[in-house]
Amino acid sequence: MNNPIRTSDGELLSVKLKKAESNKRNIAFLLVMPLLLFILVAYILPISQMLQRSVDNTQMNSLLSETYKVIQDWNGEELPPEEVTKVFYNELKYLAENKLHGKIAVRLNYEKGGFSSLIKKTVRKLDSFDENENILDQFIKVHKRWADIDYWLALKRATVPYHFRKYLASFDMIQDFDGSIKRLEEKKRINVTLWLRTIFVALGVTFCCFLLAYPIAYLLSVLPTRYSNILMICVLLPFWTSLLVRTSSWMVLLQTQGVLNDILVSLNLVSDDNRLELMYNMTGTFIAMTQILLPFMVLPLFSVMKTIQPSLMKAATSMGSTPFNAFRKIYFPLTYPGISAGSILVFVLAIGYYITPALVGGSKGTLISNRIAYHMQSTLDWSYATAMATILLVAVLIVYYIYNKVVGIDNMRLG
Amino acid sequence: MTEVKQDFVKFEQVDKSYDGEFLVVKGLDLDIAQGEFLTLLGPSGSGKTTTLMMLAGFETPTNGEIYLDGNPISNIPPYKRGIGMVFQNYALFPHLSVYENLAFPLKVRKTPEEIINEKIKQTLAMVSLSDFSNRMPAQLSGGQQQRVAVARSLVFDPQLVLMDEPLGALDKNLRESMQYELKHIHESLGVTVVYVTHDQSEALTMSNRIAVFNDGYIQQLSNPNDLYETPVNSFVAEFIGENNTITGTVKEISGNRAKVEADTGETVIANPIAVSSVGEKTKMSLRPERVSINPSDLENKFEATVKEIIYHGDHTRVRVNILNDDQFILKIPNSNDEIKLNVEDKVQLGWSGHDCRALDF
Ligand SMILES: Nc1ncnc2c1ncn2[C@@H]1O[C@H](COP(=O)(O)OP(=O)(O)O)[C@@H](O)[C@H]1O
Ligand SMILES: [Mg+2]
Repeated sequence: MNNPIRTSDGELLSVKLKKAESNKRNIAFLLVMPLLLFILVAYILPISQMLQRSVDNTQMNSLLSETYKVIQDWNGEELPPEEVTKVFYNELKYLAENKLHGKIAVRLNYEKGGFSSLIKKTVRKLDSFDENENILDQFIKVHKRWADIDYWLALKRATVPYHFRKYLASFDMIQDFDGSIKRLEEKKRINVTLWLRTIFVALGVTFCCFLLAYPIAYLLSVLPTRYSNILMICVLLPFWTSLLVRTSSWMVLLQTQGVLNDILVSLNLVSDDNRLELMYNMTGTFIAMTQILLPFMVLPLFSVMKTIQPSLMKAATSMGSTPFNAFRKIYFPLTYPGISAGSILVFVLAIGYYITPALVGGSKGTLISNRIAYHMQSTLDWSYATAMATILLVAVLIVYYIYNKVVGIDNMRLG
Repeated sequence: MTEVKQDFVKFEQVDKSYDGEFLVVKGLDLDIAQGEFLTLLGPSGSGKTTTLMMLAGFETPTNGEIYLDGNPISNIPPYKRGIGMVFQNYALFPHLSVYENLAFPLKVRKTPEEIINEKIKQTLAMVSLSDFSNRMPAQLSGGQQQRVAVARSLVFDPQLVLMDEPLGALDKNLRESMQYELKHIHESLGVTVVYVTHDQSEALTMSNRIAVFNDGYIQQLSNPNDLYETPVNSFVAEFIGENNTITGTVKEISGNRAKVEADTGETVIANPIAVSSVGEKTKMSLRPERVSINPSDLENKFEATVKEIIYHGDHTRVRVNILNDDQFILKIPNSNDEIKLNVEDKVQLGWSGHDCRALDF
């Protein structure tokens, strides 16, 4: 009864089918091969590099590798025992001889203020140490800070190969010596504000884009082709202009002496000595980003609306529904795939937007991406920058995840 | 019994133009009785949909007035007209289940939940889809979607239902069975139906009356039988059913008999329907089944040559050359097995003068 089906030449059908399919599969694989390689080289490798760099402390770890090995066993409750201080002394001496102690001084100073001068002072006195005497006592004699257990704890923490302090710092937090995590003092907090502002701007821009794009997309979908083509070109025009040019033209429009203010003044809507501050604040960032990201909302909406049959609205109306209700109950729900696709696109682009907030945002309108760039270019603290970039990446992935749960990624219509 | 309203729907001198240059519907006068199944039949572009849309309220007449149950409706928006509609592409709401689709018109009317449930159950049973209420439209076949669309147009008990080529997208067998189903639903509910189609056999099967549209005019308005048997002009004769045409010139008219000289010179006796004077050009229309082979006592008798024989199961179609026209068709029922024909046989054909209708040219 349960005989497996065979083809006419006696082979098992399932085997034969697999053979036939495997050829197809191989061709398909060859076709995507270049893309896979490209993604690997241009995407996966850099991102894993970035992830690694954000937690990387191997330089410090290798400079003080012997110290790291012994100091990890120290319990940290009282000053370290002689074998620890002795190893540290030896390594410090070696570094000093090779003029490498400056590096650890800077790094240790991050961990605990005053460490840099402590190292420098100690290095100067290293020659006078007697290796047969108690090393810790001699350290304390050079500088009494060595008697403060916090410095030794800082040393212990600074020598681990991997750490998460940049992630904490990205949220204005720091790990205390007893291991507890606490917030930075009030005036040093900056990142959390930026994160919140970034999310606020991204959400706001997404919403504004939605409000502006919906009617445009609708018009595009119902106009006869010859008109809708012209309108479509208007919508796409920004794509053909350099981002920098568009942002700069917004600067021309928005400045205090700019076109927009001039018009408002000449219409007597605003007095001349009371011109609106439209730039170098959130308003500027908001307006410019909304305009620049608008097409990303229009296109998915348009492609969804194009497929909605006009007869659906007629059917709803003929059944007694007012045009407004027909829109609310029938048309609008049918555009959800477009709304969600457009929203996620705009949101994800907005959350990492860089040039526009950098140029028109001023100090009150910069976003987290500007902070990342700042650490990349000015402070050169790449691990800080990559930690923040990683957080941004994770945030975007979370948004995708939620989107997939709520809407389903296969409901996305991008065009 | 209350008297049936003969003018439940009334079109009065309705014109419609979309572009201000060309009239799509011209001076339309049409009365539709309550409970009637009236079909608008005509070729594509003849203004049927436009007429229907004016009645539904999605297009406004350029001139004239439409009355529904005695009241002018020009100023009533579509959602207040209470007219059910079935669209050619079904227009089911793709994001709503069958149940929700049917509940839509009831919810709009704020019908209580229990009554909604009851009505939907009844209506789905009527179209034999009782088990499908939780399906989404995309999970249904074309015929099932079509029945949901019909159910949805009927579920809120409208007095008038409009259907615009509702069966156009179905295959032939399904279309035929749906025709009967729709006809039975109409009979059991007594609702007034205005039905649009370009398929004449569909119109003949289903309708009480048929309005044949062409060029924005109603060419003929009558019941299916009269339409087929007694077409009043050559457009209708050619559009409805199969038809043989003989062209000629009227030589003599007396009462319901005319002598017409065919273009080939022979004299044909015909029934003057749309001709009134001697010398007029005419197209004579003759149904294929009205022609007999080797007749004994008919007024018109001519010799013909068999050109083609096509077997059709219940009948055989024979194409012959007669009066110099080789597209002349006759139908022979297959029960009649005395007649054996072969291609290039010469046969005598005949028909009565009454069946040969002299129409406009
Ligand atoms: N919305 C419209 N705008 C302009 N012309 C139209 C419109 N709808 C129909 N027409 C024209 O009106 C004529 C009749 O169309 P229609 O009523 O749809 O015919 P039917 O339904 O009999 O095929 C056609 O020539 C068509 O091109
Ligand atoms: Mg039509």
